[in-house]
Amino acid sequence: MANFTERNDIVIRFSGDSGDGMQLTGTLFSDTTALLGNSVSTFPDYPAEIRAPQGTVAGVSGFQVHFSSSPIHTPGDYYDVLVAMNPAALKANARWAKRDATLILDSNAFDQDQLAKAGFCTNDPLVELKMENYNIIWAPLTSLTKEALKDSGLDLKSVLRCKNMLALGMCYYLFNYPLDHTEEYFKKKFAKKPQLVACNTTVLRAGYNFAANTHSFANTYKVAPSQLEKGKYRIINGNIATAWGFIAAAEKSGRPLFCGSYPITPATGILEELALRKDLGVKSLQCEDEIAGICTSIGAAFAGSLAVTTTSGPGLSLKSETIGLAVMTELPLVIVDVQRGGPSTGLPTKTEQSDLMQALYGRNGECPTIVMAASTPSSCFHYAFWAAKLSLEHMTPAILLTDGFIANGSIPWKIPDMDSYPEINPPIAKEGENYLPYRRDERRLARCWAIPGAKGLEHRIGGLEKDAIKGNVSHDPLNHQKMTELRAAKVAKVVDFIPAQEIIGDKEGDLLVVGWGGTYGHLLVAVKKMQKESKKVSMAHFNYINPLPKNTKDILGKFKKILVCELNMGQFASYLRMQFPQHDFLQYNKVQGLPFTVEELKIKMESVL
Amino acid sequence: MLTQQDFKTDQEVRWCPGCGDHAVLAALQRVLPVVAEKLHYNKEDFAVVSGIGCSSRLPYYVNAYGFHGIHGRATAISTGVKAANPKISTWQITGDGDALAIGGNHFIHAIRRNIDINILLFNNEIYGLTKGQYSPTSKFGSVTKTSPYGTIERPFNPGELVIGARGTFFARTLDGDLKLTQECLLEEALHNGTSVTEMLLNCVIFNDGTHSHFAGRDARAEKTIVLRHGEPMIFGANRDKGLALDDMKLKVVNLGENGITDKDLLVHDATEPDTAIHMLLAAMKSPDFPVALGIIRKVQDAEYNQKVQEQANEVFAKRKITTITELLNSGETWEVK
Repeated sequence: MANFTERNDIVIRFSGDSGDGMQLTGTLFSDTTALLGNSVSTFPDYPAEIRAPQGTVAGVSGFQVHFSSSPIHTPGDYYDVLVAMNPAALKANARWAKRDATLILDSNAFDQDQLAKAGFCTNDPLVELKMENYNIIWAPLTSLTKEALKDSGLDLKSVLRCKNMLALGMCYYLFNYPLDHTEEYFKKKFAKKPQLVACNTTVLRAGYNFAANTHSFANTYKVAPSQLEKGKYRIINGNIATAWGFIAAAEKSGRPLFCGSYPITPATGILEELALRKDLGVKSLQCEDEIAGICTSIGAAFAGSLAVTTTSGPGLSLKSETIGLAVMTELPLVIVDVQRGGPSTGLPTKTEQSDLMQALYGRNGECPTIVMAASTPSSCFHYAFWAAKLSLEHMTPAILLTDGFIANGSIPWKIPDMDSYPEINPPIAKEGENYLPYRRDERRLARCWAIPGAKGLEHRIGGLEKDAIKGNVSHDPLNHQKMTELRAAKVAKVVDFIPAQEIIGDKEGDLLVVGWGGTYGHLLVAVKKMQKESKKVSMAHFNYINPLPKNTKDILGKFKKILVCELNMGQFASYLRMQFPQHDFLQYNKVQGLPFTVEELKIKMESVL
Repeated sequence: MLTQQDFKTDQEVRWCPGCGDHAVLAALQRVLPVVAEKLHYNKEDFAVVSGIGCSSRLPYYVNAYGFHGIHGRATAISTGVKAANPKISTWQITGDGDALAIGGNHFIHAIRRNIDINILLFNNEIYGLTKGQYSPTSKFGSVTKTSPYGTIERPFNPGELVIGARGTFFARTLDGDLKLTQECLLEEALHNGTSVTEMLLNCVIFNDGTHSHFAGRDARAEKTIVLRHGEPMIFGANRDKGLALDDMKLKVVNLGENGITDKDLLVHDATEPDTAIHMLLAAMKSPDFPVALGIIRKVQDAEYNQKVQEQANEVFAKRKITTITELLNSGETWEVK
């Protein structure tokens, strides 16, 4: 083990059947790399079925980890190491191998039956896939696990469930990582089942020792710690970060947090985390359907809560009418849409950015809301906080877009100092005032929020058009025109309260790459590579979509070409065209349920220059 | 003490003259001061939530915190109000279309959760605001604008729906009986759980007289029975008829005939958790049976917010994390120096 090669960064992909525990294996591996100071980015990629037919390509579940000694922003396009628990896993991932990739394959799983299930025609899958020249490590993961646990007293099914830890042990050897962190995890996770602690530890060590003793790898590798900014770090995924952002906003605003929601992939993690947080006074209500999710939240908003509801595309469709009600009643309400492949049920577990137009316009009537997007797993915290702040202070619903990629992906995160976050001051009506429900302040055009229980502020609001001051039902034509304009102006005024759009790179040049939301990491890496090659390429990545930052117009005018890259058919490009018809917006679009790759982005950028 | 006047607004009441909704509004405005007195609420502690339909205009006429929602969603919105702030006495106004068609899912699930909201279900067996289409409670064969040859759909009986979902409170009243309506509303407020009172209302324009064969002044004594907890089930202008159980079915018997006395009659037990008898009572239809009015079912069971509070108390007593900063720093963290 004395000999190892230093590497700057490595991409490893754990892949197997849905039941093989690949998500856990990947998570444990990435936790270890992060704890040892590497930059890390992960990409869980799993099928919609809980247990798709065993051994088939459709049932393959993967978890990719990119770790590095320098800052990284994506989980990587292509892998250096693939752990394939069966032939289907090898087949599903063949196209993502780097030329010199190492493949760790469970030799026990490559029998005729499994090869047939994976759709191989011959007994030589490597030849079929033209992968015979890769660095192939055959390891009998199944039989080694059985052997290691033969005296454990564990039943066969449970024994076989440990084989992912054998693969993990081998990988720890390959990258010279210690086992302690993962062993600590076993102790905590199985605190009440010492037998499982012992078995998993045994198998993990067996994997490590097998790799060492059999000289499985000609070379082992070491990735030095990354030069991260000083401070305290933790691992976070986008869904947890979103939930925590709302909890932070509740604390800063003094408003109790309420989440009415309905389980939907890939957004459920937010509801699950909020359900857990009774210790911080969070109220969550799992409703009978998506509509009840948002309706209970609007009821809670009326009753004085910081109300949020969480969903994905199909659920946003169902919530449309009630978003309109929140626009009309001018109540604060945050709607999170963790986007996935659509339309309809689409690709529930795969990422996409195709709900932008729905978020902007998918309602009856003239119905503007704030629309924002988070761009990395950890930035979900920041934008959830800001969506709540803007919604509360401007008395208007806000839609926060994240996506399956950043919701499930995790990265190390420098824990923010809550003192650096601003207070949130919703315009709550005071007792003793002559309360007029639709009277507004001049700066924000926000109406005041009178909360049930406050003496003398009883009032009636609802979905019918209201008189501009008193809030009584009004069908007056000019009042409707005025109210429609006021609701639009109120959202437009949010522009005075959001930061200017940043540019990464020079303020002028040949090409401005424009993106929004979860594509940030891939776009950034591709643009930086272009800049390194002295190309005059800059990047503007948007988090505030409605309204757009004030300086957007100025930014766009400074570049010869503008290329809008998004995981849809060009929705943000169309939106920009509507607002800035003087510019020509080139498009790069992908709808495969997958993130961009840095490589394809770079090729596109080169082609338009 | 608060009065009926305190709960009136300056808004002009716009229901049709003769609409049953006027009577329910008056009953509610009379009951709220009594509820305030009995349960120590102030005026600002009342919220009235509605969906869409003629009846759903009601919140505009009650001087309380009012929310006029969207079609079918009143139950979900009122659930949110009550879940967010259990101290608010939450009243929900809904109709047969709002609660049982478009909002049917929310309705049964609120009942399943048993959250303490007081539902006033206005049942006129017709869509009034859209001018006369059949509703989920319209009688089989009803001729309406969308069933010009008569409906071929079987109607819901709201009582069977509530009790079938193991609802803990169900009452039924008539728009023509202000006193009974007030009684039912007060009992709703006193009941800790989801309570539903079905108001049998007349729509003078589109479904005039739909209930009059038993609810009309002349018919009422013979064709309805007001159930009172602990009392034998007797009805009739001369109180000469009663309800008895025969072979698992209800039977109308004449007192004094064949030696039948009030000892042979069923005694109403609104607090019986078993749903069987309540279901039979709620299902009684004219002309074979008297229509059951009054508090048909009122049983104690776990209320949603009470359970939420119990869980929260337990978690709070053992909690290690008390602020967002502690949460951010919880679990696995590491220092980069």
